[in-house]
Amino acid sequence: MVKGRMLQGARAMAEMVALCRPKVISAYPITPQTLIVEELSQIVADGDLEAEFINVEGEHSAASVCLGACAAGARVFTCSSSQGILLMSEVIFNISGMRLPVVMICVNRSVSAPLNIWNDQQDSMILRDSGWIQLYAENNQETCDLLLQAYRIAEDHRVMLPVMVCADGYVLPHAYEIVDLPDQEKADAFLPFYEPIYKLDVENPSTMGAYADPEKYMETRYMIQETLKKSIPIVEEVARDFSNTFARPSYGLFENYHVDDSSTVVVALGSMAGTIKDAIDELRTEGEKVGLLRMICYRPFPKEALYEALRNAVNIVVIEKDISLGASGAVATDMRAIFQGRDASPRISGFVIGLGGRDVTIDDIKLAIKKAQQQFEDADFIGLKEELELEGIDA
Amino acid sequence: MLEVEEQDKFGDHLFASGHTACPGCGQSLAARLVLRAAGRNVIVVNSTGCLEVFSSKYPESAWEVPWLHSLFENTAAVAAGIEAALKINGQLDKVRVIAQGGDGSTADIGLGAISGMFERGHDVLYICYDNEAYMNTGIQRSGLTPYYARTTTSPPGRVSMGNWRPKKDVPQIAVAHEIPYVATASVGYHLDLDRKIRRALSIRGPKYMQIHVPCPLGWGSDPAHTIDIARLAVNTGLYPLYEVEEGETKVQKIPRKVPVEEYLKLQTRFRHLFGKNGGKKELEEIQRIADRNIEKYGLIGK
Amino acid sequence: MKITLGTVTHPGGSRVNKTGSWRTAGKPHFLHQRCIACDLCALSCPEGCIFGTGQKTYYANEDYCKGCGICANVCPVEDIEMVSEEDEHG
Repeated sequence: MVKGRMLQGARAMAEMVALCRPKVISAYPITPQTLIVEELSQIVADGDLEAEFINVEGEHSAASVCLGACAAGARVFTCSSSQGILLMSEVIFNISGMRLPVVMICVNRSVSAPLNIWNDQQDSMILRDSGWIQLYAENNQETCDLLLQAYRIAEDHRVMLPVMVCADGYVLPHAYEIVDLPDQEKADAFLPFYEPIYKLDVENPSTMGAYADPEKYMETRYMIQETLKKSIPIVEEVARDFSNTFARPSYGLFENYHVDDSSTVVVALGSMAGTIKDAIDELRTEGEKVGLLRMICYRPFPKEALYEALRNAVNIVVIEKDISLGASGAVATDMRAIFQGRDASPRISGFVIGLGGRDVTIDDIKLAIKKAQQQFEDADFIGLKEELELEGIDA
Repeated sequence: MLEVEEQDKFGDHLFASGHTACPGCGQSLAARLVLRAAGRNVIVVNSTGCLEVFSSKYPESAWEVPWLHSLFENTAAVAAGIEAALKINGQLDKVRVIAQGGDGSTADIGLGAISGMFERGHDVLYICYDNEAYMNTGIQRSGLTPYYARTTTSPPGRVSMGNWRPKKDVPQIAVAHEIPYVATASVGYHLDLDRKIRRALSIRGPKYMQIHVPCPLGWGSDPAHTIDIARLAVNTGLYPLYEVEEGETKVQKIPRKVPVEEYLKLQTRFRHLFGKNGGKKELEEIQRIADRNIEKYGLIGK
Repeated sequence: MKITLGTVTHPGGSRVNKTGSWRTAGKPHFLHQRCIACDLCALSCPEGCIFGTGQKTYYANEDYCKGCGICANVCPVEDIEMVSEEDEHG
């Protein structure tokens, strides 16, 4: 018998958030995040979660409310997408700089203009430099599992950094899947009360958010950089503990799908891994040695573990739903950097796919793999519609 | 001379010496008076700006109460989050939350967050220290810069007499939110200021206070005259002191009408109004603003 | 020194800044002749460095006094004078 309940993704995520017992939740509606916060506000309205739910006047304030509440010692939650993530971005950097263990879900959506409410991962990718830990989920079960782990990681006194759980918009929150959520007792045992190192307290006053001059600022960045590096084994440790506690695999840094015996390895994040696995399964039945490394922990970027996992690959095929316009896909760029100055030097091709909700098909994946096996490709757009004439772009 | 520890027994040193405000800074004085009235059981959130910068260079904080600075425009929202955390943890009966910033963060970049905080009814006192320009970045025009004042972005020139718009009426914007308490105050009248802070903190829900604080550097005034100038702003009618509690307005009367020139001529930011190239028309316009305030708020007489 | 997480710091550390060194235009001299202990000088000091416990006891902590002159200006009985640093010693 399959454990769990048939739930819409958003409901499952909201129930999981409630199991994490945040004291203050603040959010502002944006498609496709809305379902999650609607469900959460209902949970609070029904008295099933004792929390302050603050409906703010914009995402900048949603993140700011969380910052303030977290600084006052409360566990907090927020959630946004796309333009909301961009509007929050100033506060996002502020939260990590202040070392506040805020946890949020980024329901991944494209960035305007043109306005487009459908899924890609451009929004969270923009914030890869923000000092947040970023975990990308493949499905609703994993989104929920990562949420519980996210608070544990963020609030670990060895870490004290915020965590963003990224879930593909529409594909996940709007889909119905069987999701197994822990009971409150088990969730509490896995995630104890939040014990801040510093908080705003009239009995023990402190100054938070002091400014640092050139003699001090650089050290603060170095501290975050070093802490992020040191949090890689902590992400693994928490995933291991999760797997042991809940008898369900949690992969930690990345999922290894036939990587070890493959000469061609696809690297991807998020929900399109399902389609990629299908493509790989088909190719493998034809005798091709193709695998998938599905990255979960994109920040911190686990360079050593990735190098070890991919050192024997000949072709690395990065397929991603984002583009650093004018350069390459963010993930492809990062992957190439891993191999600089190392013995192994696989060909690392980069493909941009599925922007703004463009369908990602098994054939698209196979095409990318085939192209990469033939020659080096960089920021190659897969799935463009040939019948469309593009003004200013020569055919 | 008393030791620092003994000096602190006076209880009015929750804002410590050694901050790096300019000599004669009205904002630093007002901040100290605010904390003196508020006492120790407050958490203060501060916008980016002069007050933040001259009081919080790491690790040398002037604050003796829990204090947090986040960003320029989100102070009211951060304060709302702190209030929410205190509320859910059952601490709101003994701890008060103050959000504070300058006129730029209040009237311009942070106004949306302040409006949201008011509308949601958070138990937060928002204080605007109004020195009438972006002083921290070097005296640029804000929505609270007065009519015809020179700033670095509203300079008088061949076709300009300085700032081309009168002050935004933020206290009345606050009143329009129907919050329980709104007040204006001046660093020149410390008793009135002290009473209003205590009054505001005794009321639950959102409160707004706007305190007029001369800036010798930005206004081109003598640091020794900070208090005199603040009082002149009140006594000309240009900065009416009033409080609105549950919709009812009470004003601080002025003894007699002082011509606006008395106030303006002490500040180089208005010097261009007194030169050879005119300024008479502009001075008359400024006088009309003062006269309108005197009439509107009934500042003179019983 | 230790850089703390999020640059969280202790209260009142600004007191290490002896801003008295900023003075260029003199400092207040408390005459202690007509003082009525109205406390206005102390209440008007942006540095919070004027103290007194009764009539004719007020003084400025020169470690922090920036010499702005507000106290001398607000004193209702003209019991404070701004003097140059040398005069005080003379």
